[in-house]
Amino acid sequence: MAIPSYAGPLERVWYYLYRLICAAIFFFLIVPILVIIPLSFNAEPYFTFTPEMLRFEAEAFSLRWYADIVNNEQWLHSIKNSFIIGIASTLVATSLGTLAALGLSRAELPAKSLLMGILISPMIVPLIITAAAMFFFYSAPFGSDFALAQTYTGVILAHAALGTPFVVITVTATLVGFDKNLIRASNSMGADMPTTFFKVIMPLILPGVISGALFAFVTSFDEVVVVLFMAGFEQRTIPRQMWAGIREQISPTILAVATLLIIISTMLLATIELLRRRNEKMRGVTY
Amino acid sequence: MNHLLKSAGVAAVALAAIGYAGTSSAETLTIVSWGGAYTKSQVEAYHKPWIAQTGDTINSEDYNGGLAEIRAQVEAGNVTWNLVDVELSDAVRGCDEGILETLPTDDLPAGDDGTAAAEDFIAGTVHECAVGTIVWSTVYAYDTTKFDTGPTTIADFFDLEKFPGKRGMRKTPKANLEMALLADGVPSDEIYDLLATPEGVERAFAKLDTIKDDTIWWEAGAQPPQLLADGEVVMTTAYNGRLFNAIAKENKPFEIVWDGQVWDIDLWVIPRGAPNMERSWEFIKFSTDTQRLADQAKYISYGPVRKSSFDKILPEMQPHMPTAPDNFKNPLQNDFEFWADYGDELNERFNAWLAS
Amino acid sequence: MAHAVEEAGPARPLTMADGTPLKVALARATRRSKIRAFLLVAPLLLFILVTFIFPIVDMLMRSVDNPEVNEAIPQTVAELENWDGEGLPQDAVFAAFIQEMGDRSEGQRRNIGRMGARLNYEDGGFRSLINKSQRAAAKIQDDPMQFALVGFDERWEDKATWPTLDALAETPEFAEVLPETAALLRKWETGNSPFAEKTPKPETYPTLLTELESAQADGSLDRLLPLVQAENEELAALLEKTATGAGEIRENPLRFALVGVDPDWGKPRTWTIIKQVSSPITFSYYLNAVDRTYDIEGNIVMQPEWKQIYVQLFMKTIYVSIGVTVACLILAYPISYLLATLPPSKGNLLLILVLLPFWTSLLVRTTSWIVLLQTQGVINDTLVFLGILSDDNRIEMIYNMTGTIIAMTHILLPFMVLPMYSVMKTISPSYMRAARSLGANPLIAFVRVYMPQTVPGIGAGSILVFILAIGYYITPALVGGQDGQLISNFIAYHMQKSLNWGLAAALGTILLAGVLVMYWLYDRLVGIDNMKLG
Repeated sequence: MAIPSYAGPLERVWYYLYRLICAAIFFFLIVPILVIIPLSFNAEPYFTFTPEMLRFEAEAFSLRWYADIVNNEQWLHSIKNSFIIGIASTLVATSLGTLAALGLSRAELPAKSLLMGILISPMIVPLIITAAAMFFFYSAPFGSDFALAQTYTGVILAHAALGTPFVVITVTATLVGFDKNLIRASNSMGADMPTTFFKVIMPLILPGVISGALFAFVTSFDEVVVVLFMAGFEQRTIPRQMWAGIREQISPTILAVATLLIIISTMLLATIELLRRRNEKMRGVTY
Repeated sequence: MNHLLKSAGVAAVALAAIGYAGTSSAETLTIVSWGGAYTKSQVEAYHKPWIAQTGDTINSEDYNGGLAEIRAQVEAGNVTWNLVDVELSDAVRGCDEGILETLPTDDLPAGDDGTAAAEDFIAGTVHECAVGTIVWSTVYAYDTTKFDTGPTTIADFFDLEKFPGKRGMRKTPKANLEMALLADGVPSDEIYDLLATPEGVERAFAKLDTIKDDTIWWEAGAQPPQLLADGEVVMTTAYNGRLFNAIAKENKPFEIVWDGQVWDIDLWVIPRGAPNMERSWEFIKFSTDTQRLADQAKYISYGPVRKSSFDKILPEMQPHMPTAPDNFKNPLQNDFEFWADYGDELNERFNAWLAS
Repeated sequence: MAHAVEEAGPARPLTMADGTPLKVALARATRRSKIRAFLLVAPLLLFILVTFIFPIVDMLMRSVDNPEVNEAIPQTVAELENWDGEGLPQDAVFAAFIQEMGDRSEGQRRNIGRMGARLNYEDGGFRSLINKSQRAAAKIQDDPMQFALVGFDERWEDKATWPTLDALAETPEFAEVLPETAALLRKWETGNSPFAEKTPKPETYPTLLTELESAQADGSLDRLLPLVQAENEELAALLEKTATGAGEIRENPLRFALVGVDPDWGKPRTWTIIKQVSSPITFSYYLNAVDRTYDIEGNIVMQPEWKQIYVQLFMKTIYVSIGVTVACLILAYPISYLLATLPPSKGNLLLILVLLPFWTSLLVRTTSWIVLLQTQGVINDTLVFLGILSDDNRIEMIYNMTGTIIAMTHILLPFMVLPMYSVMKTISPSYMRAARSLGANPLIAFVRVYMPQTVPGIGAGSILVFILAIGYYITPALVGGQDGQLISNFIAYHMQKSLNWGLAAALGTILLAGVLVMYWLYDRLVGIDNMKLG
């Protein structure tokens, strides 16, 4: 958006002012995230920049809070849990969600919008209601012998349910530009259904499936309300551990964990961006 | 001779524990307590020696008191907590409601001077469903750098003119209503009779109203020393042991005001239907023996509930105990029956009051 | 037309190679492909129904479920059926009630605990009444007289009554008229020792009652009374009244005993409430959720003033959600426009500044705001350092409503930018150029030509942000302090702390209904299939 040549002086002033406003808004968006990164290297247990830090004295910085994570069994356990639960629920969500998206993208499907509404609902219902409902139901669905609350299975199923809408949406979106003739071609050349699926459909929708899976993973990785309600001590995840830390006393260890999480989210973001571009290229969309 | 007897007692307890460990495999216990310095003292005094002797794994979980979590687990039929450290009123209440296991308290070991357990425990610290561990107290402390002459009475806590600045209080009516009435000039032996009347409750809330806008409410025991240290408040109520830790171990410039302290005991309970009940009971017996209770007082300034443990408290810890004569001048014992009966209503009232 | 077709073609139906009519084959093929499509969706549908929809329906049912009183005291409830509501219930009710309350088995204790909690929602004070009575009921079953005396006359509970009687028991007259009572009182350990008993030996009460009755019958009481009168007039009156009423007490000991535990049991109102709450279904949780309640006649009335918090809370939640939505809108519009109009290379780079917060953990972002906003935090420190603020005048920006709104705006902003950006990107710049070349000034061109085209983006973003804001829990819980709490936080409070699950379910149902209305609106305006992510 370059400034047009016919702009008057007032418009020029506005142009720069507008740029300034935008810069301020971007500042508001990004600075809160960046600010905790240097603070996590604070040698002192404070949450502000010490004068020494501002003078860039080497002694003011340290890795002690990172060492804290490595030496703390609870943090390590929660990191392990986050990955176990995140990966397992992503697998469930992605496989079920991809199948459903294939069905949803068929024109013949009856009661499509009702089905879509039901399948998307875990994304819409406020988490507190979901968490409360799951707490009751998973505690004793069919008598206490089957209790799923405070088990890994329970948390994984709950997170899978929360993650499926994202898979459904992203894969459905990928399928919008999908050329059905490719399936017919494959079938007519004698390929059976599984072969067609894995050799023809899958490669084409893979970017959508992967970004859906990443969304599902992040949903689980970042989820704390359901974990608060139905996970036990054994299933504590990173956000649950952070929640406990923030409520009690924020130690700078939390800032170190936060920094690690920011790095992870940056990597996820980069992956999603690459996939999106690849997808657009494959479908011939260009800028 | 006396010394010899004591050592023999210790050896016997240790042997019993080792013998127990020999007969059964290692188990996992989830032990729930109040977090921070207090849990740390329990880990040092109880958990570590227990782990050393039995090889058990102990998951130490934190909570902020109250029966809600226990009740939720029992109601939902999914109990994962083995042992919980609760206040007396909650122990009585939980027992009445049948959400706690009744304990074979006749089975508690004698003190290591040979006194039978029934005699050795201070009266009222062993209950149908609970075994006491410590005597603790809610007091208030202030930041000495903020005042030339600091507050000295409980009334000063509510005096914003003489001592301006933010207050910190626990987010519960318990102890706060009592302190409000004490500060309002009600003698300590009339507090609970008055609080049982609507007028008394009105009066207590009216007193709290005077500082409501200047109060930050804390929930976890570790928060108030942090609030003081961060300068978020100039004075705050807190558990005396947490303040001791901040003052003695972290050299914080805080001063405790013992006037109007509200003291209470903490007890072990087992939620009803908890797994591993027998192992939990063994742990209770172990952690409430003479030596363990005395050991705990090394790490935090809470008094043991066994008379036989008193002599074993380190001399430098004595003056910091809530029951030390200098501190025990205007104490109020938390009335567990009152809070067992009225706790829910006052909690509801208190939360509505906070939200309005 | 049909006639024309008939004439134009041969009159036989089209068939497949195997001879089945085309229409039938087509229908069969359509049905088959319909089933095949549905089978693809079915596993997920089943999964969502079982793990998600069913639990929610199950929870919503709790908002009307009302089993507590019936489970705890079924006999009493059955007996109350026969009570006409006038005066006190019949003795059978009292007997059944004490029987059921005195059962100390763990299961029954739990039922009674739940009943106490349930009744307390209707009328504050019930919890303590039930707790107290539960503890007393077992004692009443052993010996009702101690409580019955108090129920007959409250003065039997006065602190001075028994010690005065104890002192009198030393006199020969007392020992002569009421010999066994005197003997029992002598066994009573009084004083300040640790072994002191607060009340006389339990047998004292029935003995006193029997002896008083017979002493009055044979006239010997008249010899004792003047003596007591000299010491304490009121006590003499009490003894005389009790002697006269002894027969009555003995006839209905349980009723007097229960009233002795608490005078509330002597009020018909208490029993009316128990009868009301014993119905298996209730709407009182919903009433409670809108600050209303049933009165004693069953009319709907307002809650007492100190309990009226939920309507205000719902309003606050809506205001905050609107506020956050508007704030997001104001902040998102300029940058979305910039992103959409910059050349793609620069635009994509800036887009990362929106996407990174979007992908960053909610708890990380909340932590950041705590670090920035707290009184000893980065912003206050900077302001103090720059000399704008003095050190003891730091601004409180967190643990209150301000903190909640700032953090929520930051967290939800990407949800506004992304739909807006995707709409703006499709708007061709030529419209604006055309408007300008036709002589419109830039402001008018923007407002009249560009803005109307962005309405779908504004709508989509606003509804999305509003839906997310209205159910927000984590951020208000962490940075909201006291006044920054929203309806979700109270649902959590009733779920986890007060354990008033019925009320939590009722509040949740109302919230869910609101969200579903917004969801429906979103679907109508944008279409759920068009929801864009990232």
